[in-house]
Amino acid sequence: MKFGPLVFLAAFLALSASWCGFVLTPQVQLGRAVQETNSVVKTELYPAGRPGLAREGLEVYRANGCAYCHSQQVEQKGTLVDVVLTDAGKTPMDVANALNEAQVGKFSGPSVGAGLPKPILQGTTLEHASVLANALKKAGANTELRLVATGSDIQRGWGMRRTVAQDFISDATVMPGSLRVGPDLANVGSRLPDLNWQLVHLFNPAAVTKNSPMPAYRFLFERKKIGKQPSPDALRLTGEFAPADGYEVVPKPEAKALAVYLISLRSDTPLYEAPLTPPAAAATNAPAK
Amino acid sequence: MNATSTTSSASESISIGEIDASCRVPLFTLFVSAAVWLVVASVFGLLASLKFHSPNFLSDCACLTYGRVHPAATNVLIYGFAMQAGLGVALWIIARLGETRVAQPWLIAAGAKLWNFGLLIGIIGILAGDSTGFENLEIPRYGVVFLFLGYLLIAFLSLVTFHNRKERALGPSQWFLLAALFWFPWIYFTANYLLLSHTPIRGVTQPIVAWWYSGNLNLVWFGLVGLAVIFYFIQKLMNRPLYSRHIALLTFWTIILFASWSGIPGSAPVPAWIPSISTVATILTVVTVLSVMVNVRGTCARGCSQTESSASGKFIAFGTMAFVVAWLMNVLGAVPGVSSVTNLTWYGVGQWQLNVFGFFGMAMFGAIYHIVPQVTGIEWPSTKSVRIHYWLAAVGIILIVLPLAIGGIIQGFNWANPKMSNVDVAKNALHFLRASTTGELFIMVGNLMLLGNLIGLAVRYCKVHFVPVCKEAIAEVKPAEAKI
Repeated sequence: MKFGPLVFLAAFLALSASWCGFVLTPQVQLGRAVQETNSVVKTELYPAGRPGLAREGLEVYRANGCAYCHSQQVEQKGTLVDVVLTDAGKTPMDVANALNEAQVGKFSGPSVGAGLPKPILQGTTLEHASVLANALKKAGANTELRLVATGSDIQRGWGMRRTVAQDFISDATVMPGSLRVGPDLANVGSRLPDLNWQLVHLFNPAAVTKNSPMPAYRFLFERKKIGKQPSPDALRLTGEFAPADGYEVVPKPEAKALAVYLISLRSDTPLYEAPLTPPAAAATNAPAK
Repeated sequence: MNATSTTSSASESISIGEIDASCRVPLFTLFVSAAVWLVVASVFGLLASLKFHSPNFLSDCACLTYGRVHPAATNVLIYGFAMQAGLGVALWIIARLGETRVAQPWLIAAGAKLWNFGLLIGIIGILAGDSTGFENLEIPRYGVVFLFLGYLLIAFLSLVTFHNRKERALGPSQWFLLAALFWFPWIYFTANYLLLSHTPIRGVTQPIVAWWYSGNLNLVWFGLVGLAVIFYFIQKLMNRPLYSRHIALLTFWTIILFASWSGIPGSAPVPAWIPSISTVATILTVVTVLSVMVNVRGTCARGCSQTESSASGKFIAFGTMAFVVAWLMNVLGAVPGVSSVTNLTWYGVGQWQLNVFGFFGMAMFGAIYHIVPQVTGIEWPSTKSVRIHYWLAAVGIILIVLPLAIGGIIQGFNWANPKMSNVDVAKNALHFLRASTTGELFIMVGNLMLLGNLIGLAVRYCKVHFVPVCKEAIAEVKPAEAKI
């Protein structure tokens, strides 16, 4: 390469290729994504879009760089299947036999029908689950297959499924983050839906999480004398964290917006690209740790 | 590929002194600003690091919270120090290799002023809460406009200088610099236009573009300019040509073909083909690292002791080693089994620091310590402080990168263990972070020494060039006054 134009040509071609690949093509594929009814609950549009105050909260999240310590991307290792017995049918003996044959535990006839619906096989593959479900169907029982996401993020309770592109389409600024100093927030709204908890946590993280390394965002709050009537917005602080008598801590509009935004972070709707069985349907679902 | 004898009219040959003199104004503007921003970056970096010792340190002031100080530190380091120093060194190499004077030096200095003005209002904007929210692109729109115009002015005049060259045949350093000059405006315009215009792109296409930009800036731009400087100085210090032009060509092609597709993490919540391609491309950059190693080793066949003898040589040698480690860390962090541990941890932060400061920054220090005395004709006031700066910077960056890399890996394993509480994971990582604060402190003191040395040199320059002129002027005026 002895000549300037050749170098230019090489750089131009290489950069065009990369530009077409990672700028143009994603735009063609995803740029016009809209709300879809591709969730399992067919009548619901997803994502629902955030309320106005939450959208203001996103701006507070961006301005204060929350994303430098908190990601918004739950990862998932895979999807496993739980087999749940919903109805033992009229011939519980046959069902118990089928279960014993499948070697999923020891069952005797009458006990099969107790405490329904109950999971009889957890964390298996779809093939295994289908074989068992078919065997039970022949024996006259009804079963339900439940899809469960796996992985350490899911086990931590950070989400019910992995985060996907569809989760972000209604946001003005998308900040998936690059570092987890603290927990992931992709689904914090369903994990911690209490507005007062969120506000107290922002005001003084140590008040709700012992030894929290998160800084306090006191500049988002106002400490003032209680007027004729205590403010309805005042934080409910207890013990050593409560303000002195006659004073109250009131969130500024930014703090309220940020807390509403955090609560609006919910990505637990089942999608075709990230399927799961919503927990509301099952009474036996173990509480998240 | 023998360079045919120059066909250009050999009527007037320009002396090295003339070339250097033409560089004086733009280089001094760029280097002094870079050194000032470097100190600012290390102060912000230290502030951000101290937050991990006490979370509520200065947290009651909105503009000094971690979420604002940290992006301010990274942006000042990238745009204030690294790119500005890189542009200055690139300009000098282009002029020297082309055996020609710099075109319109005052206009280049004006471009540098525009760049610095844009950066200043951009950083104030970030501290005031106007950050865009995209990593490495936090500077708000009103700052970006000035940065972009400043860059265009500097790059255009660098190209004019390149075009005026007497020696027509090109060497590896020139390919690298030419490609880099052309690369930045494209990626910077694309990213800022798509993310910050009135109708920005939506959804995850935003972070995809931001990651694409970061990959292209941190690997391609810094890689091209940093390696151009390293190749140039290795040849100069060893006093022999590069071991192989062909291998350098391989380095060039692998950077622009592979590194330009890197940057999108494996975990990204985007269609799977995007992180897959990016992972493959990142792993392929191992060829770049190997080709550089072979070429540097070949050039220094009889040992690199000659490069070690000068202060610049030490910086360049450290920068070369840091390049190898930083890029290998990047490759390793992209390997699927490893990335699931290192992704979203301090490992990535350590890798970034090593690439920007350990590789690029150290190479620039080496170049600056060599160039400034040549351009001004004045020796550094303190050669001892150059040596101390080297040790502070070298030990400092190791003290940052090593704890962050190890701490990041441990943090990755801890997050993967659902039995460990969030607070415990964060606390385990804190020990390593606190160790890295020492490194930040070392680097800050080193940066102050560079700035002090530059200021000392400027004072000497004024004494030599301006004081006699002033004295003469005064001496001439006085008799004239006396007559009246």
